[in-house]
Amino acid sequence: MNEGIGHCPIDARLQHMLSEPLVITVSFLYLGLLFAIAYWADRRADSGRSVIANPTVYALSLAVYCTAWTYYGSVGRAAATGIGFLPIYLGPTLAATLWVFLLRKMVRISKSQRITSIADFVSSRYGKSHLLGGLVTIIAVVGVLPYIALQLKAISSSFSILIHYPEVMLPGSAITLPVWQDTAFYIALLLAAFTILFGTRHLDASERHEGMVAAIAFESIVKLMALTAVGLFTTFWLYDGFGDVVYHAQQAGHLKTRLIPEGSANTWFSFSLLSALAVVLLPRQFQVAVVENSGENQLRRAIWLFPLYLLLINLFVLPIALAGQLQFAGIGVDADTYVLTLPIAHQQQWLALFSYLGGLSAATGMVIVETIALSTMVCNDLVMPGLLRRWRYQAASMDISRTLLLIRRGAIFVVLMLGYSYFRLAGEAYALVAIGLISFTAVAQFAPVMIGGLYWRGGTRSGALAALSAGFLVWIYTLLLPSFAKSGWLARDFLDLGPFGITLLKPQALFGLEGLDEISHCLFWSLTFNIGAYLIVSSMRLPNADETTQATRFVDAMKHSRPIAASLWRGSAQVADLINLTARFLGEDRARESFTDYFSNERNLDDDAELPADAETVEFAETLLAGAIGSASARVMVASVVQEEPLGLDEVMDILDEASQIRAYSYELEKKSRELEAATAELKAANIKLLELDHLKDDFMSSVTHELRTPLTSIRAFSEILRDDPKIDLAERKRFLGIIVEETERLTRLVNQVLDLAKIESGHAVWTSSEVDLVEVIRHAIDTSGQLILDRGGKLHHRIAVESALVWADRDRLMQVMLNLLSNAAKFMAKEAGRVDIELRQEPALYRVMVQDNGAGIPREQQTIIFEKFRQGSTNSAHPMGTGLGLPISREIIEHFGGRLTVKSTPGKGAIFSFELPCATCGAANPSEKTGQEA
Amino acid sequence: MRRSKLMRQRLVAVFLIGMLLLFSPLIALPDQPQLLFGLPVLYLYLFGVWMLLIAAMAWVVRGGDE
Repeated sequence: MNEGIGHCPIDARLQHMLSEPLVITVSFLYLGLLFAIAYWADRRADSGRSVIANPTVYALSLAVYCTAWTYYGSVGRAAATGIGFLPIYLGPTLAATLWVFLLRKMVRISKSQRITSIADFVSSRYGKSHLLGGLVTIIAVVGVLPYIALQLKAISSSFSILIHYPEVMLPGSAITLPVWQDTAFYIALLLAAFTILFGTRHLDASERHEGMVAAIAFESIVKLMALTAVGLFTTFWLYDGFGDVVYHAQQAGHLKTRLIPEGSANTWFSFSLLSALAVVLLPRQFQVAVVENSGENQLRRAIWLFPLYLLLINLFVLPIALAGQLQFAGIGVDADTYVLTLPIAHQQQWLALFSYLGGLSAATGMVIVETIALSTMVCNDLVMPGLLRRWRYQAASMDISRTLLLIRRGAIFVVLMLGYSYFRLAGEAYALVAIGLISFTAVAQFAPVMIGGLYWRGGTRSGALAALSAGFLVWIYTLLLPSFAKSGWLARDFLDLGPFGITLLKPQALFGLEGLDEISHCLFWSLTFNIGAYLIVSSMRLPNADETTQATRFVDAMKHSRPIAASLWRGSAQVADLINLTARFLGEDRARESFTDYFSNERNLDDDAELPADAETVEFAETLLAGAIGSASARVMVASVVQEEPLGLDEVMDILDEASQIRAYSYELEKKSRELEAATAELKAANIKLLELDHLKDDFMSSVTHELRTPLTSIRAFSEILRDDPKIDLAERKRFLGIIVEETERLTRLVNQVLDLAKIESGHAVWTSSEVDLVEVIRHAIDTSGQLILDRGGKLHHRIAVESALVWADRDRLMQVMLNLLSNAAKFMAKEAGRVDIELRQEPALYRVMVQDNGAGIPREQQTIIFEKFRQGSTNSAHPMGTGLGLPISREIIEHFGGRLTVKSTPGKGAIFSFELPCATCGAANPSEKTGQEA
Repeated sequence: MRRSKLMRQRLVAVFLIGMLLLFSPLIALPDQPQLLFGLPVLYLYLFGVWMLLIAAMAWVVRGGDE
């Protein structure tokens, strides 16, 4: 706890450290640093390593939203209204969630059409109208110029407070300084120089001002750090944390029991709405968020980083406000100055200086960007139309680019000097002090025509003009004039009694609407009249050809990557004329370069200036010019060198319909081609399968012939011996004949099996299906081939767990399977102590038969091969007897009756062949419905 | 394409939640004269909601800068 609470320590003996020259030097050093940063960033951009392409820099540049009004004013608001400073930052936070829709679309449109200001945006949307652009410019200048003045005032007052260190001197007396002694004047001049230097490097205003944006991002860091430093000092140096500040404030009665005053729900909402709109629609915000945007993906980080910045810069506002109220109780220090006066009162001279720099950075950042934005608007939407009118009567010089740059620089200077003059004139007047939200309300008038124009095709130029005029007039009547009256510049009578005593028309209780604060009141009425006029006047007639064209470009901006509107132009033009025209505005080199790029990159054409220009080239030229002189002026200039046949509304609608039909067709086509691709893939797969089958058939044929040839060869060989050599003795002869008979039998068996398999596979086999008892089949099989096993010295065991096992099958076929499995087992069981196990088991809804031997087993890789035709297991080196068709036929048979034949084997531990068949009496569906006989 | 649609859907959800927590009658509930951790309840509530919204937005758009 600090001792000094409750009084303001003024110790005259302290040395006068922060002398005027020191503060002036530091101020100008700081501005010099800005110049250096901007210069460095421009240099980097020139060498292709852009600083502002970084999404964090983009988010920081958006924080130009926080001006001196935030820096000093938030604390003031907090002291006066408790939590009332927060809507200004909560609104933009919530709005940020919708930026992926709104801001992204604005960026996309502005990039594709080289839109450079909010006036250009509105004018372009409603058919490229000079009148509309001019009106937006006037609203912006009237609404925002005083806001620039407020920043200069903040610089001036904070300076005059600081140089009186260590005394806490109230601002206000600074006004008495003559202009040539006022630091704010020189700072304004320097800012003009900065803006001219880094804001008008190129004539093409759609190009990004890398240096300026980098400087703004830097300023955002400075102001955040400064305010946080003061906050930390107040909260943790003067007090013991947040809770301690609140405790003392509560003791002293500074803490309101209710932070939201009664009946202020409207204020809470309308301030949030207002700032949510302002954060995109203020000219400076549009400049950094849209014009200086270098990639839509930057938005994704800004969406959360910008709100986070807002949160951080507001974290210490309440503690500072409460601490200020405690420290300066009864002394009457303006709460708007606490950020500066608290460090001064505690003799923290360096902190005070840093805090002053934070305020300076907040103010200068705003002034720089706002001035660029306003000067672009003034130049393109107020001065250019006038010049164009003059050039109609009097030929302009060939190179207009220098003139244009001069105009823009002049505009910057004029805007800044107007701002400074307003500050000098208004002084402490209410009209200046309260300008923050008044400005917000002015630019909120752009919202209906901007947002409506992004999603509604029906808005017309007259509708937009009516909307803006109505909103602007209501704003003047209910907010601007009353603020003049409160400043004493107008008689108060009309405010208190209504004009001519008509109380129903009282400016701040229009039509008897009372109980709202003046901002909410104005916002409600102005937006009501604004939106009403927009809808009603737009509904009076259909949009004309120009408006429809532009509506399509804006509303459908996210739909097609290439604007279709190029097809909405008909006429004749020469490329050479277009190049000459753009050269007059952009300079010879720049124009030639742009056209060469365009022809080679976009159109894959040789640059041939002799060619007549097509619609797309004219469109390109117009967009190129729009970046420099605004879309409305570009339209007029291009129209002067081409012969355009104006399109009627019907034709425009036809073209648009056609385009949307083409889109629909191409969608259909895409769908069809996808289907075709899928079909092709299927065909390809089928073809591959067929080829495989063909290959298998060839294999099968060669296997069969090979198998047939072996017995034939031996039969032939022995027959020949018998024929050629009559002297063979009887025993030998008998043996040979025995072999011949054996081989013939094998041949017959082979042929039968091949025929059998072929029949089964082709579905021509004869099946005699009936209920068959598996137990009986197994016993019969054991009787038949058990001897075979015993003959080979093996033992046969069987385990049959059920009395009877009825399945639906062909008894003879099933017998064939059993015999095949048993003979296989006999063949492959161990030579010594051979053993074969047969097991019948009941499982849910099926019977399983397992035949197990204790032979060498089957390697894993052969377990599938043995079911293929003519592929015998080759575990024994000796050639086993057999045709290699037994297992494939068995599997076919089992599968025919809805079962499965599988093998399980661990090499060295024998093999288990098992098949399962559905139980015929278990009530479960019998998978094999193939009853009776099949041909 | 589908992912970015999902992202936009989620952002709208965050927006609606924010509207509910900040601009509905709910806002009156934490406006109590008592203190919580030595701070006004509403103050804690607002900054808490604010931080939650930012975290939600950062989560929704995560990993998409490049």
